[in-house]
Amino acid sequence: MTRKQRRLTMIGGALAVLAVAAALILNAMRDSIVFFSTPSMAAEKQIPVGKRFRLGGLVQPGSLKKGDNLVVNFSIADGSANLPVSYKGILPDLFREGQGVVAEGALDAAGTFRADTVLAKHDETYMPKEVADALKKQGHWKDDYGNKPAQGASK
Amino acid sequence: MIAEAGHYALVLALGLALIQSVAPIVGARRGDIALMEMARSTALAQLLFVGASFTLLTAAHVTSDFSVVNVFENSHSAKPLLYKITGVWGNHEGSMLLWVAILALFGALVAAFGTNLPLSLRAHVLAVQAWVAAAFYLFILFTSNPFARIAQPPIEGRDLNPILQDIGLAVHPPMLYLGYVGFSISFSFAVAALLEGRIDAAWARWVRPWTLVAWIFLTLGIAMGSYWAYYELGWGGWWFWDPVENASLMPWLAGTALLHSALVMEKRNALKVWTILLSILTFSLSLLGTFLVRSGVLTSVHSFATDPARGVFILLILCIFIGGSLSLYALRAPQLKQGGLFAPISREGALVLNNLFLTTACATVFIGTLYPLALEVLTGEKISVGAPFFNLTFGPLFVPLLLAVPFGPLLAWKRGDLLAAAQRLTAAGIVALIAIALMWAWLRGGPVLAPLAIGLAVFVIAGAISDIAERTGLFRMPLPVSLRRARGLPRSAWGSAFAHAGLGVALIGIVCETTWNSEYIATMKPGQVARIAGYELKLEGLTQRQGPNYRETLAQFSVGLDGEKLPAMTPSKRSFTTRGMSTTEAALLTRGASQLYISLGDASADGGIAIRAYYKPLVLLIWWGPVLMAFGGLLSLSDRRLRVGAPKPARAARRLQAAE
Repeated sequence: MTRKQRRLTMIGGALAVLAVAAALILNAMRDSIVFFSTPSMAAEKQIPVGKRFRLGGLVQPGSLKKGDNLVVNFSIADGSANLPVSYKGILPDLFREGQGVVAEGALDAAGTFRADTVLAKHDETYMPKEVADALKKQGHWKDDYGNKPAQGASK
Repeated sequence: MIAEAGHYALVLALGLALIQSVAPIVGARRGDIALMEMARSTALAQLLFVGASFTLLTAAHVTSDFSVVNVFENSHSAKPLLYKITGVWGNHEGSMLLWVAILALFGALVAAFGTNLPLSLRAHVLAVQAWVAAAFYLFILFTSNPFARIAQPPIEGRDLNPILQDIGLAVHPPMLYLGYVGFSISFSFAVAALLEGRIDAAWARWVRPWTLVAWIFLTLGIAMGSYWAYYELGWGGWWFWDPVENASLMPWLAGTALLHSALVMEKRNALKVWTILLSILTFSLSLLGTFLVRSGVLTSVHSFATDPARGVFILLILCIFIGGSLSLYALRAPQLKQGGLFAPISREGALVLNNLFLTTACATVFIGTLYPLALEVLTGEKISVGAPFFNLTFGPLFVPLLLAVPFGPLLAWKRGDLLAAAQRLTAAGIVALIAIALMWAWLRGGPVLAPLAIGLAVFVIAGAISDIAERTGLFRMPLPVSLRRARGLPRSAWGSAFAHAGLGVALIGIVCETTWNSEYIATMKPGQVARIAGYELKLEGLTQRQGPNYRETLAQFSVGLDGEKLPAMTPSKRSFTTRGMSTTEAALLTRGASQLYISLGDASADGGIAIRAYYKPLVLLIWWGPVLMAFGGLLSLSDRRLRVGAPKPARAARRLQAAE
């Protein structure tokens, strides 16, 4: 093989791998990306039943009900709308009423959000970024949400 | 006084870094030996001052001097001494100080032990190192001064985030930073080579040990972080494809590629231009990682509230260094001479394949991590890219790479014989097929992919063993001859065999844990029994205990397996009064490489408590794999050939290891 042929083999191989990678990425993007939504956005967009998305907002004070077998029901609100959420499992240590939370799951036929993951952050004063932005956009942002002590650390 | 002295020392270090970033280069241009030698003394002095600054901050933390903001916000007088010390880097300001301290440490190591480097190369390397250092000193001094005071000192501190009050904090960040920042050396070498316009095999020989040191620490750092998250976050996950984790995985992937391409460059004087590019990219990804973690632009399960002004500053540093070095690369790289020729099927070809797949895999992680950010900036739409995305992209890309791993070391340099290599791997292939068949027979219609993946892992491990067997003539020659040959085998051959086998070991752990993990979640009352994977967990009772700065609820579980009594497990839930936070301390019971895992949830009103129990088969292999890899790296580092090539850096690196 001449130098040129060798180089072409290598470049061809590299392009093939890159093409495969690009195909994999596009395929994965189509199926496995989850959109973020607040309760009012969810109502507006009329998200179809069974489509996975992330729901973020504040846990409505007084809405938390613990049932048998670790079933919990609560509402996520964003000031103008709220959505009932049902979850089975152990809530994160920092889950509290009135706090920001992000849940991942899908709507069921009755319009309840069935969450399979509930995320609350490590930090008690932390507001999930998506929730903070959404609240700010809708004008429900209160300044005291932002009064978090300056701290930061990696895991 | 302590805080002011620390602050002053840091300012002095900045001054030294500024001198170091200009004087040696001017010296190299003019051929002025005295100016070039200056780099050495300034690099050593920098370490002295940053070290002093770091020690003084530690002193402020240990003595609980709450007039310092950083101490007030992250410490508490009742906190155990260990956490007072680790708390120094358990916050943004302190961890950045640790970052520059390690940067200065690496600079000083090059200065102290790089005596066999050509003078002008050393001058350039240290100058580039000083550019990075100066940028980060400015960052700390302007946006995150750890020595700021409070006018009216409070009596008590706010305490360290309880999640961080763990031995993991003592080990994980320093290890990770030694890895991240260690890559700055290969970056500085690359930029220095571009500035000088000269690069040869000797260059690769100097760079390789440094890259190896950084890689070893990064491997251990990531593994340690993963294990920490596994036992501390309380839901038994060990990798979440979270932005902060990806931020450390990307430099690891690029660094692994660099390690292999530097090998080609050292042995065959080929792939020069690519190696230079990889050195730049690896450290750029480390910087990007720092930016992602420190700026808080991405939502992560591990990161904490951060300040956007800092993000902008780091972004600026990022742009200057990545943009600058890549422009320099574009300008200078075409002038570098092409190296040795090789056929596509050869050791070099295999290493190119390795680089291709590693960098592509790294690119998919990069896209998955940054795409949400880009989309939000462009369209305002918020999305999250989670584990499914990475499983669908990263996974398939790693399969061909793993298949190719055993072939690489068996191919000859320059022109290899694929058929001969395949013949030598017949035994490994047969072992892998037997493993697949056994798994299939045992599972009878269970998951399809898992046995195949285990077969792949077995192939990688068996391939590493056959490589060693082939080299020592095991089974072909009398045992004493093989043993003698084994002793004579270069340590780097053993090193790569261990590192490759480690990959297979980790894969077995990952497959077993994800496929056969059993979970049990319920509310339990004392006296009740939970059954999981044949184990019987009986909740004996709940007790309360007072710790130094927390209250703790402990649950005693007695564990039985087929009537046999095993050690008891006591998971607990700690609530920290100062921050009003609680943490879950999981209880782990290790059986061979498998683990039982219990963590507690909330107590219910009727005296029960929510528990999560897992049985995780062979889970420990996930971390033994990286430990094997790091051990392999260590063996390679002690190789005679590396010592002969660059005797002192290698020795320095080992001394560093011993100090760990």
